[in-house]
Amino acid sequence: MNYLDYLIPLLQLLCMNVILAASLNVINGYCGLFSIGHAGFFAIGAYAAAAGSKLLMPEFAAAQPALALIACVMIGAAAAGLAGLVVGIPCLRLTGDYLAIATVGFGEIIRIVLLNTEAVGASRGFPGIVLLTGKWFPLWVLLFTVGSLYFIHRLMRSSTGRAILSIREDEIAARSMGINVRFYKTFAFVVGAFFAGLSGGFFAHHSQFIHPSNFNFMISVMVLLMIVVGGMGSQMGAVLGAIIVTLLPEALRFSETLSSIRMLIFGLIMILVVLWQPQGLMGFYRKLFATRKAEHA
Amino acid sequence: MSALLDIAALTIRFGGLVAVNRVDIKIEKGELVGLIGPNGAGKTTCFNMLTGVYEPTSGTICLEGKNINGLAPHQICSKGVARTFQNIRLFKSMTVLENLLVSLHRERGYSLAEALFGLGRFGKREQEMRTKAMEILRMLGLDHRAHLPASSLPYGEQRKVEIARALATSPKLLLLDEPAAGMNPSETAQLAKDIQKIRKDFDITVLLIEHDMSLVMKICERIYVLDYGQLIAQGKPEEIKRDPRVIEAYLGGGLGGEQHA
Ligand SMILES: Nc1ncnc2c1ncn2[C@@H]1O[C@H](COP(=O)(O)OP(=O)(O)OP(=O)(O)O)[C@@H](O)[C@H]1O
Ligand SMILES: [Mg+2]
Repeated sequence: MNYLDYLIPLLQLLCMNVILAASLNVINGYCGLFSIGHAGFFAIGAYAAAAGSKLLMPEFAAAQPALALIACVMIGAAAAGLAGLVVGIPCLRLTGDYLAIATVGFGEIIRIVLLNTEAVGASRGFPGIVLLTGKWFPLWVLLFTVGSLYFIHRLMRSSTGRAILSIREDEIAARSMGINVRFYKTFAFVVGAFFAGLSGGFFAHHSQFIHPSNFNFMISVMVLLMIVVGGMGSQMGAVLGAIIVTLLPEALRFSETLSSIRMLIFGLIMILVVLWQPQGLMGFYRKLFATRKAEHA
Repeated sequence: MSALLDIAALTIRFGGLVAVNRVDIKIEKGELVGLIGPNGAGKTTCFNMLTGVYEPTSGTICLEGKNINGLAPHQICSKGVARTFQNIRLFKSMTVLENLLVSLHRERGYSLAEALFGLGRFGKREQEMRTKAMEILRMLGLDHRAHLPASSLPYGEQRKVEIARALATSPKLLLLDEPAAGMNPSETAQLAKDIQKIRKDFDITVLLIEHDMSLVMKICERIYVLDYGQLIAQGKPEEIKRDPRVIEAYLGGGLGGEQHA
C-alpha cells in the first residue's frame, strides 16, 4: 500500500505533464511559434478550476463529485483558452524571439496578478481544494490525458492540422495558398492554452493547495524541455519527453546533492540535446529507422 | 466585359528605390502572357504586389473589374490568383500530397467537430480532397511522388510541385515565377507542354516570368518587358525579339532563342 501512495500521485503528475507537453507541442512543435509562457495558462486553469469547485459550486461538488470535477477542469480549460485568445491576438503579430519574450512576460504577469489577488488567497495561496472523486481521481486524470492526446491527434490529421503545419513550414507560402495565417496561429495558441488549462485543473485538485510559486517561469522551461527532449512536432515525442522530465527528478531524489542541482542537470540536458540531437528522441528514432531502411534497400 | 487582370500605374518604392514604376498590364481571360526583363527588373516584385505580399505604393490592381489592392494574400488566393515562387517555398517536411491538400483547405467542407470525432462529412470529404490532389499530380506526372517528403524530390520536380500546389487552389489566374529555372532542356520542353496543357484543361489564364527566352517565345502569346521597374515594351513574341529597346536592355545578348544567364 505504501508504495502506491507514492506511485499514484507520481503517475497523476506524469499525466498532467503529458497534457502540458502535448499542448505546448501544438504551439511550438506544430505551428512553429516560440512560446515559453505555458506556466501562465497552467496557472489560470488551476485557479479557475479551484475557484469552480470551492467557491462556485461547493454543494454540487459534494453531491456529484465526478460531474463537478469534469465541470471544474472544463472551466479551467475554457478560462485558459480564453486567456490564450486575449494574449494571442496582439502577441501573434510578433515572431520568433519577440514572441518568446512576450510570452515569458505573460507568464510572469499571471503569476504576479495571482500573488496579489485576495479573492484567491494572494501570497497565502489557495488551500482546501477537495480531491473530487477521491480514489477514482487517478482514473479521471488518465481518461482526460488519453482524451487530450486523442483529440490533438485527430486535429492534426485534419485539414486544419495541415493548415497549422503549413505555417511552420513556410508562412509566406501558406498565406499565398489561401491559409489565413493570423487566424490559425491564434487557433493553435488557443488550443495549446486550452489543454494547458485542463492540466492545471487536474493539478489544483491533485495538490489540493495551490500557490503562485507552483507556476513560476521554471515550469514553462520544464515543459519546453519536455518537447525539446522528445522532439518538437511529434506527439509521441511530447509524451516521451514528459515521462523523462517527470521521472528524472524522482530518480535523482535518492541523492541529495544531485537532487539539489537538478535544474542544472535539466539545463545541461537541454544544451546537449539542442547541440547534438535538435530533433529530440523522435528525431533520433526516425534517423535510426531511416538508416536501417537504407541498409535493407 | 472587363479584363481578367487590369493593372494600372502600379508603383512600389523600397526606400529610395522605385522597384516597379507606373506599370500597366492588361490580361484577358484565357491568355498566356510572358513577363520578362533582366535581373532585378521588378518582375517578382510585381507578383508580390499581385498576391498581396507587398502593398503597392500607388496604382491599382483589378481582378475581373474588382479592385484587390490591400487584400491579404489568403483573400487574394480565394479570389482566384495563385502563384509559384522563384526560390521554391514548398512545405518541406510534408509530403507532396499534403502540400496540395493545404491548398484545398478552403474547400474542405467539414467542420472542426466532424474532424475531431471523425464523423459526418469528414471521411468522405478527405477522400475527395485526396482524389482531386492526386488528379492534379497525375496530370503533371508527379503521382508516383505523392507520399514522399517534398524536400526529397529533385529540384526540377520541386518546381512542378509548386505548380501543382498552386493549381490545387483552383485559380483563375496562375502566376509562374521562373518555373524552368534549374531545369535541363528536356525538362524544360516537358514543362512547356505541361503549361499549355494545364491552361487548356483547367481553363485558366497564365502570367509567366521566365529567363529562358526559347520557352517564353515559344509558348507566350503576348509579352511584357520590364527594365529597372519600367515597362519598356509589350507585344507579340516576334515584335519583342525585334524591339530595339528590348535588345538594348539585354545588351544585345540572350534574345533569339538562347538562354539568358
Ligand atoms: N523587400 C524588398 N526590399 C527592398 N528592395 C527590394 C525588396 N524586394 C525587391 N527589392 C528590390 O527590387 C528590385 C526588383 O527585384 P525583383 O526581385 O522584383 O527582380 P526580378 O525582376 O524578379 O529579378 P530576378 O530575375 O533576378 O528574379 C531589386 O533591385 C530588388 O533588390
Ligand atoms: Mg525574380
